[in-house]
Amino acid sequence: MSSGIQIEGLSKSYRGPDGPVRAVRGIDVSIAVGETVALLGPNGAGKSTTIDVLLGLTRPDGGSASVFGRTPREAVDAGLVGGMLQTGDLIRDLSVKELITLMASLYPHPLDIDDVITLTGLEKTAGQRTQKLSGGQTQRVRFACALVSDSELLVLDEPTVAMDVEGRRDFWVTMRDYAARGKTVIFATHYLEEADANADRAVLMAHGRIVADGPTTEIKARVGTRTIRATLPEVDSSELATLAGVNTADRHGDAVILRCADSDLAIRALLERYSSLRDIEITGAGLEDAFLELTSDPDDDSDVQPTPPVQAAR
Amino acid sequence: MNGIVYTRYELLRAFRSRRFLLFSLGFPLVLYFVIAGPQHNVHNFGGTGISAPLYYMVGLASFGTMLSMISSGARIAGERQAGWTRQLRITPLSVRAYFHAKVLTSYALAITSMALLYIAGVSLGVSLPAHTWLEMSGLILIGLVPFAALGITLGHLMNVDSIGPVTGGTVSLLAVVSGTWFPVSHGFLHDLGQCLPSYWLVQAGRISTHGHGWGTTGWLVVAGWTVVLVALAGFAYRRDTSRV
Repeated sequence: MSSGIQIEGLSKSYRGPDGPVRAVRGIDVSIAVGETVALLGPNGAGKSTTIDVLLGLTRPDGGSASVFGRTPREAVDAGLVGGMLQTGDLIRDLSVKELITLMASLYPHPLDIDDVITLTGLEKTAGQRTQKLSGGQTQRVRFACALVSDSELLVLDEPTVAMDVEGRRDFWVTMRDYAARGKTVIFATHYLEEADANADRAVLMAHGRIVADGPTTEIKARVGTRTIRATLPEVDSSELATLAGVNTADRHGDAVILRCADSDLAIRALLERYSSLRDIEITGAGLEDAFLELTSDPDDDSDVQPTPPVQAAR
Repeated sequence: MNGIVYTRYELLRAFRSRRFLLFSLGFPLVLYFVIAGPQHNVHNFGGTGISAPLYYMVGLASFGTMLSMISSGARIAGERQAGWTRQLRITPLSVRAYFHAKVLTSYALAITSMALLYIAGVSLGVSLPAHTWLEMSGLILIGLVPFAALGITLGHLMNVDSIGPVTGGTVSLLAVVSGTWFPVSHGFLHDLGQCLPSYWLVQAGRISTHGHGWGTTGWLVVAGWTVVLVALAGFAYRRDTSRV
C-alpha cells in the first residue's frame, strides 16, 4: 500500500427527509504526501461527506479510504491528522490560550502554543474566554486548534466561510507556510479563486461525483469565462467543441451550451457555419458562475459515472 | 495517556460555569435550608428516631450528588450540539480518556455538593462520629457509579432541549420513590424503591442511624444497575458517534 491518501470507489448515502441521499457516488482520489489539494464544488456536492470519511467520522457504504497506509481512524488515533470542521462552536469557560493548550496536549508533537497564537493573530485575544469572541475570532481559534497539532495531514472543511477579508488573507498565508513544510493539506471550498491561489491541484465535485481533477489552471480553462446558449438541432456537440474560442460543448435536447475562452471568436464562427442558429444568448459569466454551471448538471440516479467529455466519441 | 490535561481543563470548566454550579450545587443546599431549617428542633422526625436536620442532610446529600452526576449529561448534550464532540473525535484523545474525564468531573462536583450539605447539616446541629461520616460518604460514592453512567447515557441520547426536563424528571421521581423527602417504609413504593440504585444511595446515608450498610440486596442492586447502565452508556456513545 502506497503512502499518501487513497480513496477508492468511495460511496456513502444517508437518510434524508425525502428518502436516502446519495452524498458520494463512487469516487477515486489519490493524493501524494506534501500535496495541497482543494476539494471544489457547490453545496451538496459531497465534499463534507468525503472529508468526514477521511477524518474517520463516518464509515463509507462502499469502497475504501486510507491515510498514510492506515485506516482514517488509525491515522487520527496516531495523531497524524488535524482537522477543522465546517461547523462547530468552541467549548465555553476556557480562555483562548487554555483551549489551544488543551488541543496541543492531545497530539504527540504539537507546535509551540505561543507560536500558534502569533501565527493566527490571536495575541490580543489569548486571555479572553471563548464564549466572548466574535465570529471572525472564533474562526481563527478553530484554525489555531487544527494548526497546533502539527499533524502530517491537515483537513479543512470550508475554513474561510465565517472569516473577514483580513482573516482570510492571514489564514491562507499561514496555511501555505504549513504546506511548505512538507505537510499534506486538503481543504474544501466553493470558491474557485481560493483553490486557484492556494492549491496545487483541484478536485471538482458535483452531485457526489468527481467532475474534474487536475491542476487549477486546467479547471479554469475548462470552465471558460463566457457561455453561449443557443438552439441548434442536428449538429454534433463534438463538432461544436472544435470551433475557435470554444472550450466545451454540451447538448440538452435542441439547445447547445458552449463554454468559451473567447466568445467573440466563437459566435462569429457559429453564425458563419450554422444558418439555423437561433435564440442566441451570451452570458458574461464570471468564473464563479461558469464554475457553478459546470457542476449543476441535472441530478441523475444512475450508478454509472458519466463518460468524461474528452472520451465522448461513441 | 493523553487525557490528563483534558481532565484538568474539564474540571476547570465545570467549576467556572456559574449557571451550572448554581443549579447542581446551590439548588440542593437552598432546598436543605428551606425544608430542614424550620424543623431544626424536631428530634424524632416522622417516627424514624432521628432528627429532621440529619434526615434531610442524608436525603439531600443523595439527591444533590445524584443531580451532580446526571447533570453531566446536560453538559455532554451541549457539547454535542456545539459540534465539540466531533472536534474531539478527530483528535487522538481516546474514548477511555474522554469517559474518565467526564466521570471524574461528575465526581468532583458530587463530592463538593456532599461536603456543602455536610457543612450545612453541622450548622443545623447534626453531629456524628468520624467513622460514620466516612462510611456513609464511601457508600454514597460507590452508589453513584450507576448514575455516572446514566449521565453519560442521557447526554449522548438526548438533545439540548429535551435533556433538562428528562434529567429533572428522572431525579425528582427517583428522589420521591427512594425516600429522600419523606420516609417510605412499606407498600408498593417501598418495594419499587428497593430495586432502584437511588434507594440505596439514600440508605447509604441512613448508615448514620442504623449502623449497618447495604446488605446483599443493596450491593446486588447497585452492581446490577452499574452493569446495565455502563453497557447502555457504551451503546449510546457508539450510536451517537456512528451517525453521519
